Amino acid sequence: MKIHEYQAKGILKKYGVAVPRGEMAENAEQAKAAAQALFAAGAAGVVVKAQIHAGGRGKGGGVKIAKSVEEASAIASQILGMTLITHQTGPEGRVVRRLLIEETLPIEQELYLGIVVDRSEARPVFMASRAGGMEIEQVAEQDPNAILKEYLDPGMALESFQARKLAFQLGLKPKQINQAVQFMTGLYKAFAETDSSLMEINPFVTCSDGRLFALDAKMNFDDNAMFRHPELRELRDVTEEDPLEVEASKYSLNYIKLDGNVGCMVNGAGLAMATMDIIKYAGGMPANFLDVGGGANAEQVTHAFEILLSDKNVKAVLINIFGGILRVDTLAKGVVEAAGKTQIQLPIVLRLEGTNVEEGREILKQSGMNFIVAETMKDAAEKVVAAARA
Amino acid sequence: MSVLVDKSTRVIVQGLTGREGTFHAKVCAEYGTQIVGGVTPGKGGTTHEGWPVFNTVQEAVDKTGADASVIFVPPPFAADAIMEAADAEVELIVCITEGIATLDMVRAWEFLQNRRARLIGPNCPGIISPGHCKIGIMPGLIHLEGPVGIVSRSGTLTYEAVYQLTTRQIGQSTAIGIGGDPIIGTSFLDALELFNRDPQTEAVVMIGEIGGNAEETAAEYVKARMKKPVIGFIAGQTAPPGRRMGHAGAIISGGKGTAEEKIKAMEAAGIRMAKSPADIGQTVMQAIGMTAKA
Repeated sequence: MKIHEYQAKGILKKYGVAVPRGEMAENAEQAKAAAQALFAAGAAGVVVKAQIHAGGRGKGGGVKIAKSVEEASAIASQILGMTLITHQTGPEGRVVRRLLIEETLPIEQELYLGIVVDRSEARPVFMASRAGGMEIEQVAEQDPNAILKEYLDPGMALESFQARKLAFQLGLKPKQINQAVQFMTGLYKAFAETDSSLMEINPFVTCSDGRLFALDAKMNFDDNAMFRHPELRELRDVTEEDPLEVEASKYSLNYIKLDGNVGCMVNGAGLAMATMDIIKYAGGMPANFLDVGGGANAEQVTHAFEILLSDKNVKAVLINIFGGILRVDTLAKGVVEAAGKTQIQLPIVLRLEGTNVEEGREILKQSGMNFIVAETMKDAAEKVVAAARA
Repeated sequence: MSVLVDKSTRVIVQGLTGREGTFHAKVCAEYGTQIVGGVTPGKGGTTHEGWPVFNTVQEAVDKTGADASVIFVPPPFAADAIMEAADAEVELIVCITEGIATLDMVRAWEFLQNRRARLIGPNCPGIISPGHCKIGIMPGLIHLEGPVGIVSRSGTLTYEAVYQLTTRQIGQSTAIGIGGDPIIGTSFLDALELFNRDPQTEAVVMIGEIGGNAEETAAEYVKARMKKPVIGFIAGQTAPPGRRMGHAGAIISGGKGTAEEKIKAMEAAGIRMAKSPADIGQTVMQAIGMTAKA
């Protein structure tokens, strides 16, 4: 689960991590009031930052500095409601609905801090780099040695000596070290206690007066841990997600919208990916990834159908099910029921295999509906691609 | 010979009294697996479907002599169940549960390091040695005993591969579903080492997917040590970057973990790659034919 920068900063503040003073604003009046308060408190300027779940906001025109309340207010009106296009949003962009109004700082240096779980080491790793503002993947590509790393022992904190080591390696001044240790240990505590899957402070800045700040903050949470964080679930902003994906998540369906015109419904994530691949291999493009799971029932299949069909790009549907736990006859019943209910007009290619396959095929035959039955995955892919073209 | 499990493997079911646990315990027992009991805290002393139920794994192991455990407990409690089984010195732990929090798995993984247990999964279909023992949720019927080892991060895609083999009369020595999570107990590399040593296994099918670099690490091993032909497939060639494709571990992050990179590394290691998922059976046939000639 992703959250906004202002939400991440709100959490970090509670862990003693220094963030610039600022307020979230949903309209121009709130933005103006926030700017007024910051100027009144002595800010030299304010920065108006678009809040969307994507990076590259600055380059896209979503981050601007204002020297007065009037300017801040004008910029806020301009950014609010705009469709921000960055390298992470895709060409359709995102509509900006919230802003973060923050004080500007006398920045001296831009550094990088990040925490992820290292899969091959099976433990979290705290990363730091002097190349702030750059994407860490880019740094890794150009000079992997430029990324400093400290691995975390499971169940332990980022110990002070580890933070100190990183702080000195980053080249911070002796009088900044204690401040940096507090910053970094707080950061890791926040990561561990919120079950984050990713945390990035990019840039982590030093100021000419010696202070350190999280100028930007990105936090993603582990969806599998949300059962113990009801308060974090509240931070979800569904307007940032694809409406069909939001709908699918209500029924525990794994759906990801793609650009093609062949809709697919598959059980199991690996087979669902392989099905997308074979559609492309047959000369078509998948319209989505959809995993109905190992134990899907008729109701879920119906919902899956509705979601597939609300994508107007879909010209034909491929259902590829390898029945294990999910028996083929159960699925066939679900498909017939759903096809009837949704009054589907599109060609449907079915490739069913596994437990009770004969009974399943019989149900399809008896239904009187015009299903195209395929024998193998290859056969199915070719048939559905042809149907989508017709 | 098979890998890790055989007719003598004695299995307890953690979460036996739950819906999934009950259903699959029965199916496994019907297949011929020795299910010897179950663990459900608070229900110790009772019997369930004829099996004795225990409060703790330790008690179940002491009373039944179990050397393997299969876990069907819900995600919030599954990492704890893994640690409990490891602490009771169960040799093989198969965790089917999907949805364990990553930081919980980090703890469980660490806990396993100095213990004798081998963990398969989590978020996996389990392990089967056709005709001998099935510990997991895969459909037993599609399998056939034979010479091909299978290791895969996926469930249903493994069934698909098995099915392509069985319909070509190519049997399997053992099929191991290692799971779709970012942190798992048994890796591709571990499974390849086991198959490399197993006299029954003549070739290995390795089914990977986007995310992480476990396939690349395994490819290095294949290049350096593997004595048997390896056939590979990578799912997710059309997956968009930055999106989690159903499995918690199936994500291209920061441009890393793409199918393209994995296929390249595997081909460079001499692994015969099936380009399309429909070609896995055919590629295995060719690979086995080639070994016979050599």
